[in-house]
Amino acid sequence: MFPYKQYLRLDKFPHIWCTGCGCGIIMKAMLRAIDRAKIQKDDVAIVSGIGCSSRTPGYMDFNTLHTHHGRAITFATGLKLAKPKLKVIVVTGDGDATAIGGNHFIHAARRNLDLTVLLYNNHIYGMTGGQVSPTTPFGKKASTAPYGSAEPDFDISNLAVAAGASFVARSTCYHATQLDKLIEKALQKKGFSLIEVLSPCPTYYGRPNRLGNAVDMLKFYKENSIPVETARKLSEQERKGKITIGVIHDIERPEFCEEYQKLVDRVCEKKKPISNLLN
Amino acid sequence: MKQSDTKRIKIMTGNEACAEAAIIAGMRFFAGYPITPSSEIAEILSKRLPEVGGVFIQMEDEIASMGALIGASLAGLKSMTATSGPGFSLMQENIGYASMAEVPVVVVNVQRGGPSTGLPTLPSQADVMQARWGTHGDHPVIAVSPATVQDAYEWTIKAFNFSEKYRVPAIILLDEIVAHLNEKVIVPDKNEIEIVNRFLTTDPPEKFIPYKPTESDIPPIAHYGTGYRFNVTGLSHDETGFPTNDPKKIDALYRRINRKIERYKNEIIAYKTEFIDDADICLVCYGSSARSAKRAMREARTMGIKVGLFQIFVLWPFPYQALSELSNHIKEFIVPEMNLGQIAHEVDCATRKESIKVNRVDGSPITPGEILEQIKNVSL
Repeated sequence: MFPYKQYLRLDKFPHIWCTGCGCGIIMKAMLRAIDRAKIQKDDVAIVSGIGCSSRTPGYMDFNTLHTHHGRAITFATGLKLAKPKLKVIVVTGDGDATAIGGNHFIHAARRNLDLTVLLYNNHIYGMTGGQVSPTTPFGKKASTAPYGSAEPDFDISNLAVAAGASFVARSTCYHATQLDKLIEKALQKKGFSLIEVLSPCPTYYGRPNRLGNAVDMLKFYKENSIPVETARKLSEQERKGKITIGVIHDIERPEFCEEYQKLVDRVCEKKKPISNLLN
Repeated sequence: MKQSDTKRIKIMTGNEACAEAAIIAGMRFFAGYPITPSSEIAEILSKRLPEVGGVFIQMEDEIASMGALIGASLAGLKSMTATSGPGFSLMQENIGYASMAEVPVVVVNVQRGGPSTGLPTLPSQADVMQARWGTHGDHPVIAVSPATVQDAYEWTIKAFNFSEKYRVPAIILLDEIVAHLNEKVIVPDKNEIEIVNRFLTTDPPEKFIPYKPTESDIPPIAHYGTGYRFNVTGLSHDETGFPTNDPKKIDALYRRINRKIERYKNEIIAYKTEFIDDADICLVCYGSSARSAKRAMREARTMGIKVGLFQIFVLWPFPYQALSELSNHIKEFIVPEMNLGQIAHEVDCATRKESIKVNRVDGSPITPGEILEQIKNVSL
């Protein structure tokens, strides 16, 4: 049994998530990944926005920062630049990161700032009661899309690739053992990394769309997911309705903190690490 | 001034003074977004901060700039941004966060005409109420209002000191006139400048309580990444920094963060009076309008009219008490300001009199002549 307790704030339980929610699965995968990457608790900062996903850091015994809706990446940007030695993880959701926080998301990816963004995609605004989100699939129902969504949805992973992320991976709450390995890889990657995790919301997405209970939703992930390698061999038509999982994108690009430090070093005669200014 | 002091005489703009003073105050993190008439502050700091090993970043918008400030401040760097009306509107969200989570940050708002895009290149003083009440909810803020380039230098340092000491956002309300004016500044000797740094906790990590009730009402701070693992949230929180719905704890939090200003207002409030003792008429002024008011007062005095001046440097908290006391012997208060009477309203509250308002909202400064005319009208 993995020693989850040593990484949790046990006095903050029980958690606020609904029965069948995927948030806990992702949180546990994150803990296993941090443990395997051998990063000390004091050296990890977890920054979140607003939503169900963003409540995760409150239960985790690290440096935790619960910010405004959509703004986690902006707070994380200041934190990382002020203290580059911190491993900064951003926990966010589909609405948080790609609707209200969409601008911050693409610009952090463009800068290739060394952040690990863990995005829980449950296709819905759970915290506020099931409103349509930028990742609600076309035609699916939500409390603000009672006749089905008339909008196409975002492919978040593609969005991150296009914006300049170094590392992009997708997984689901069914593939928990794959998930922690992907998170570990992302943590070890220098640069902006995104892990998009499809997460069941049986309460607000499953119910109005008659997708069954949490187990049915996890089964759906199991039956409809295909590895990246397989997906690449298929035509667009054949890939339709499938969830591509695995490492989608992994490249080397100059990282922003390092580039900024180089700039400072060029300008300064004496080298002073950014983080030591107040010491 | 001594001969050796002449080296300290500089000619600079208000924006330059603000940027240079911020570095003297210890600011090492600036995040901003270009907007007229504040952009020079970002431009100067993009050059200066790397020279002192600090961080400059141009963010994707003003919302992001404020967010980055809070993140950097929580990691221990004194942080600042600079903007103008429309950007100041966007910053309100995270200014509220800084008030709520008690994160020291400094925001420069170089006022231009508004609402909306308004008058990008022309001055205004119409954001004074926004500085106080721009973000939602009861919240503590401090706002200063420099009238000269020298003031801009000195009050930038003081704004940092306030922000650090009381753990509140401090707002520097420049206006386009002071920001772009080239003027003489006597740069204070470094030994004469008081620099205040936030009070760091002396508790060991295992005993650290982020919002521990203290006699001072200002909890000592810890920085992220220094072995203190704690939670910060914009939600109503208890002393441990975690969300709470307990009415008692919520009440205690809101009352304490607002009490910080009320309790220490006498240390914060700053104003200057001239010729006030024998005055019948008092000009209550701040920012660039104070420059015209001062001239109008001098001219009125040469005409034998007993006019005094009450110049406000700290607008929030507002000097209600001092103005209230003045109302015992002052017959008429005249409030010149480049808005439709925002501070005049506060003056009226304090003095329980209806002040005479001299307002301009056309992007032009209020002239000494316009104020003098009102002085003559009431002295008849």
